[in-house]
Amino acid sequence: MLDKLKKIWQVLNRPSVHYSLGFLTLGGFVAGVIFWGGFNTALEATNQEAFCISCHEMENNVYQELQTTIHFTNRSGVRATCPDCHVPHNWTDKIARKMQASKEVWGKVFGTINTREKFEGKRRELAEHEWERLKANDSLECRNCHNFTYMDFTRQSPRASQMHSTSLANGEKTCIDCHKGIAHHLPDMKGVEGF
Amino acid sequence: MKTFKLMSLIGLLALGSFVMTNAVATSIPEDKIDTLRLAPIDIEPTPPVMQNVRNTDIKEVRNYPMQPPVIPHKIDGYQLDLKVNKCMACHARSRTGESQAPMVSVTHYMDRDNNFLAELSPRRYFCTQCHVPQLDAKLLVENDFVDMDHLIKANTEQKKH
Repeated sequence: MLDKLKKIWQVLNRPSVHYSLGFLTLGGFVAGVIFWGGFNTALEATNQEAFCISCHEMENNVYQELQTTIHFTNRSGVRATCPDCHVPHNWTDKIARKMQASKEVWGKVFGTINTREKFEGKRRELAEHEWERLKANDSLECRNCHNFTYMDFTRQSPRASQMHSTSLANGEKTCIDCHKGIAHHLPDMKGVEGF
Repeated sequence: MKTFKLMSLIGLLALGSFVMTNAVATSIPEDKIDTLRLAPIDIEPTPPVMQNVRNTDIKEVRNYPMQPPVIPHKIDGYQLDLKVNKCMACHARSRTGESQAPMVSVTHYMDRDNNFLAELSPRRYFCTQCHVPQLDAKLLVENDFVDMDHLIKANTEQKKH
């Protein structure tokens, strides 16, 4: 047994003595493609709405609330899924967000919000995390679809164009400052700026 | 005990006669019932196409002084419950500077003893109890309401002659 392990270690320690350089290069390349592809496939699999609502915490609370909003059903049939708003599209940001999400796995395992009451109790805290994130990245996830450059103020209602052409245009405000609770119910907003 | 028996008998008789008259009431001929339903009661008609909410953002004139002002914009998805009052995010006194929306009247800050409160009075909290957006819809029934200004005007003109 120990001999076998020793042999394996010898091969791993100096692979070029045991295998040809061509085999190692090509093998490394192929293995790299497979692992990288596999990693990305797994990553994408966790970036699907079906994956998000496979947890009852998400399906019974936030997903139900989303269904009544314009981001779920509307005249043109374009809709936003969970990751469209909650996961950055850019790769490095996405990985950073996915690492943060390990906290959510922790929460799932220990049942932090596994009842409606617990979820309601945590709603403000969870909402605040999302507001903070969107505030910090200048509402990047909103802007992935809603591009300010292509907004036609003449097609907006007077008060919408008034707000968008001033506070939003000069960068004083970002989307989330006014558009809180557009896809999910709001928590108790006592003390939140703008309420 | 005897009086109790008598009383219950009277009660029963009264109930019986009430049920009888009710049974008579249901037999009013259908053409005598004025209804907006436009279909027999056992048939579910296809609902009309949904109307658009008037979203002009221009203040609408009140029809009489005490009318709660109507909402001249869409309020789709505005959360209005114990946790949040989305309307007040623009119409609260402290928010009107930024939003340029009309402030809710001071009466909304008063309790029923006319004491002014710092915040919206609980009895005025649910805005849509009185204030509603308007649809771009045809009238279902003719409205012969006359503004009292017109009445006063007509009255003074009549006196002149």
